[in-house]
Amino acid sequence: MTLPATPGIGFKPEHFAAIRETRPDLGFFEVHAENYMGEGGPAHRTLEALRADYAISLHGVGLSIGGSRIDRDHLARLKRLVDLYQPESFSEHLAWSSHGIYLNDLLPLPYTEETLALVCDHIDEVQAALGRRMLLENPSTYVLFEQSTIPEIDFMTEISRRTGCGLLLDVNNVFVSCTNHRMDPRAYLRDFPLDRVGEIHLGGHAEEELPSGPLLIDAHGTPVADPVWALYAEVIAAAGPLPTLIEWDNDVPDFPVLMAEADRARAVLTRRVAHAAR
Amino acid sequence: MRHADFLQFFQDGLFTGTLPPGVTARAPDEAAQRFAVYRNNVAHSLSRALAARFPAVERILGAEFFAALAPLFLAEQGPQNPMLFAWGGGFADFLTGFPPLAGLPWVADVARIEFARGEAYHAADAEPLPPEALSQAAADAGRARLALHPSLRIVPSRFAAVSAWAMNQPGATPAPLEVNRPETALILRDRRDDVPVRALGPGDATFVAALQSGLVLIRAAEAAATAEPGHDPGAILLSLARAGALTGLAFGETA
Repeated sequence: MTLPATPGIGFKPEHFAAIRETRPDLGFFEVHAENYMGEGGPAHRTLEALRADYAISLHGVGLSIGGSRIDRDHLARLKRLVDLYQPESFSEHLAWSSHGIYLNDLLPLPYTEETLALVCDHIDEVQAALGRRMLLENPSTYVLFEQSTIPEIDFMTEISRRTGCGLLLDVNNVFVSCTNHRMDPRAYLRDFPLDRVGEIHLGGHAEEELPSGPLLIDAHGTPVADPVWALYAEVIAAAGPLPTLIEWDNDVPDFPVLMAEADRARAVLTRRVAHAAR
Repeated sequence: MRHADFLQFFQDGLFTGTLPPGVTARAPDEAAQRFAVYRNNVAHSLSRALAARFPAVERILGAEFFAALAPLFLAEQGPQNPMLFAWGGGFADFLTGFPPLAGLPWVADVARIEFARGEAYHAADAEPLPPEALSQAAADAGRARLALHPSLRIVPSRFAAVSAWAMNQPGATPAPLEVNRPETALILRDRRDDVPVRALGPGDATFVAALQSGLVLIRAAEAAATAEPGHDPGAILLSLARAGALTGLAFGETA
């Protein structure tokens, strides 16, 4: 069970009517797991209807894999969703969001031998509980840590090697983090283990200006930026077609705007398929 | 530094503004500005999550007041898990104990109504009884116990909290209100997945609460007649049935 190597869109309930009416040509929808953790009600009926017509990517935002421990109750809720809806993919973030209270953000962690072992333990626990392989997403970050001893790519590659998890490559996050830390995103992507990537994320970012240069913020409230599209095309040229998600979580536009973004991804994917066939 | 210590320093810094040890940047003097992105994200997103949970309270208090209040509640009772729709069970009590709101004691009950609505929206599903069940129940009222839909909530108030809630809905216009009269809210997710709020009179309120507590039909009717002499439960029963709120019928000895 895997996602098709075609475009997908992050599901927003306000688009449900348009989706039912137009049956858009998309490979999958991605839903945030936490929105469907109530016992019942209309959210579940919506997901059931969506699931009947499309592949589903279940994307967690609250498991806090980079935290000090995995919340067993939360993991049980996740398991219930996985069992109910049998999504084609489950993914989470290399980040933390809870330490006693839930902070509702994807927070960064230092990359050390200690955190490497901890994150691997957490992913082992999640994969064992869910009975499936998960994908781990690279983060957008705004700060660095003096205590970090392992480059992010090595950290993620080693996690994937030790736990068997796949990776979710968020190309916008690569661009955001590399810009913020004055690194070359192309070098990052060149070193990224593309053979372990099970899904791509594309989203918009906001830009602020600091004395040393731009500070990009992973805001998901705008179209995907042109330099991110360029990097995406290079990733697909190198890796072949991959399931590609358009994310737009704030100031959500009408559905056709998202479809236009998905069609732009489709053009990149199709070009790659045509190229491979020649 | 152990990872658990790092997490604690980082989390404390999000609320106090103190830069956690080890946080840096390529231009190290920008570390604080960069850390502030996380501070703003957390404060803003949680404040908005609370406002999304209690929109009528926000409208009553004003966005500015609410935005100032949210961090105080967050510091006291932050979300215990990532299901933000379940956050805020203690918000009403927090409002009651918040001295600047001492003159508006009814606002806490509006918060109780909003919290109950959110719970109702996400409550478990249950199949409504067939229409004939109601007459079966009435025919053996001394032994009939009706189960109510898991979404059903009753929120009693010494104030006109239902009216205050209703006039602070999108599209509604607040008007002068005599708040010092009791209203009991009935909240449930109906067959169309709407979650209406209606005010119940004392008889209906007692009757529904009695059913919910598991009393047989005749005892619930007696309790309602005590609360409101001459009360007839027929209308409220029919209304519950139409909404799909009667979901189980069992017969047993009078309790």
